[in-house]
Amino acid sequence: MESGNGGGGGKEGDLSGEMEVDAYRRLFPLRFYERHLLESVRPDARPLAHARDTSLALGAVATADGSALAKIGCTTMLAGIKLEVMTPSTDSPDEGCIAIEFYMPPICSPIVRPGRPAEVAPVIAKQLSDVILSSGMVNLKELSLISGKAAWMAYLDIYCLDADGALFDAALLSAVAAFSHLHLPPVSVNDDGRVVTMSKEQVEGNSAKEPVNKERRKLTLNSIPFSLTCILYKKYILVDPTAEEESIMESLVTVVLDTSGRLVSLYKPGGTVLAYTSTIQDCVALTRQRVKELRKILNEALVDMEVD
Amino acid sequence: MMEVDRADGRSPNQLRPLACSRNLLNRAHGSARWSQGNTIVLAAVYGPKAGTRKNENPEKASIEAIWKPKTGQIGKPEREYEMILKRTLQSICVLTIHPNTITSVILQVINDDGSLLPCAINAACAALLDAGIPLKHLAVAVCCGLTESGYVILDPTKLEEQKMQGFSYVVFPNSAHTVLLKGPSQMDSEPMEHGVITSVTHGVMPVDDYLHSLERGRSASAKISDFIRRSLQSQVLDDPSKVK
Repeated sequence: MESGNGGGGGKEGDLSGEMEVDAYRRLFPLRFYERHLLESVRPDARPLAHARDTSLALGAVATADGSALAKIGCTTMLAGIKLEVMTPSTDSPDEGCIAIEFYMPPICSPIVRPGRPAEVAPVIAKQLSDVILSSGMVNLKELSLISGKAAWMAYLDIYCLDADGALFDAALLSAVAAFSHLHLPPVSVNDDGRVVTMSKEQVEGNSAKEPVNKERRKLTLNSIPFSLTCILYKKYILVDPTAEEESIMESLVTVVLDTSGRLVSLYKPGGTVLAYTSTIQDCVALTRQRVKELRKILNEALVDMEVD
Repeated sequence: MMEVDRADGRSPNQLRPLACSRNLLNRAHGSARWSQGNTIVLAAVYGPKAGTRKNENPEKASIEAIWKPKTGQIGKPEREYEMILKRTLQSICVLTIHPNTITSVILQVINDDGSLLPCAINAACAALLDAGIPLKHLAVAVCCGLTESGYVILDPTKLEEQKMQGFSYVVFPNSAHTVLLKGPSQMDSEPMEHGVITSVTHGVMPVDDYLHSLERGRSASAKISDFIRRSLQSQVLDDPSKVK
């Protein structure tokens, strides 16, 4: 982080030569960033179009039916899926249901205060459920058990443990990973006509009841959505912003593409920088690149899981 | 191009009839009622009031958007609307003029017949104008629907929205009839009104179809912006008391 007081080439009357870098960064955040952008680099030494290191751990919550911990840089999301048996609605008798909730506890950021829920949390929850449901990643018919009688209700809860920018990207990644880790347990119908989950012994030892679905199975996920958030600032596009960058430069664009390259969402809520068609195309191209990376990370996490 | 059948007999590019009346509420600093066909939103503006909310920059003016649905309480979709409205309006207001103030924009849905958010954004914009809040330019919002067969239709009704493969809400700046000789409105030789302020999409669509929607939305936004200009001029002439 030494480039802040590099001197030379700065504007006249610039205090940067005489001031400590950290003080300069706090007092003139925009100028501090502009000096970096001129050199096509960011304070954390990333080039503009590079996302932070991303990692995924599947099965982070032992008691959940499917879970994952996703980290993008410092941003950390923990997603868990709980399954419950429910009676499907009469409109869609052979479909299950997914309920998505996003939590930002006070632990995640100094902006969130206890007792007062974060403003962005319900917005991210809504975006997540829009993206996950409209992408058709999960075939809701696969969540059905007995048509019209019983189906799975999947409660997906995502906790933000550390909010350091690009919250939606990390939340979506953890959600997708949790779904790919999800196992549907075997169930059977008991004498009262209620659906009960079966233990391993019951499945193996021939119990009198016939299981409705015979073994633990995974969902088949088609066209998985992945997202990338970009900051637009002047003519620059900064990929995968940190919380600091998000607070200084306010024009954000989030692009969600699925693995077959279709656009699931293009979300730009205001911002002083206007997005021209060429900018949008650049953001989509950057997202395509990122989708490949994320897909690889997800596949590697799944392979690791199977080895264990 | 093949014609798309629309229930109300409109052509794909045709918007529903627009209407806008301002200065309806007595106590509000500015108010407007905006309708697109049967979608009607009433907007009121109170402010600038002293003080800033927590986590807002006190060196700038801040905007808050409050959404009142037709019935019931607000849920997640409404919270999302509030966030989008707030950020969109913030980007068109000149925030440095009234630092450490807050301007509340209240949106009351009177009737929802599709394209609700764009209608609300247009209403909010007209109300801000009515209140005399300094604006850089207007925001013109339009909804572009994408039918199953891949056609773009503008300003869909609720019934049409439900049958759609996907739709996008896009917001553009209005075309500037600038009085400045050389304004900074030109950037990279592309006119400012081609830039997207806000974009929200629903449903899966090919990228090219989205770009096509943008183009169609852009040309429709020019029509809406002309409408605002005309309605503004006629009302200013009718009501000289508002011009202070």
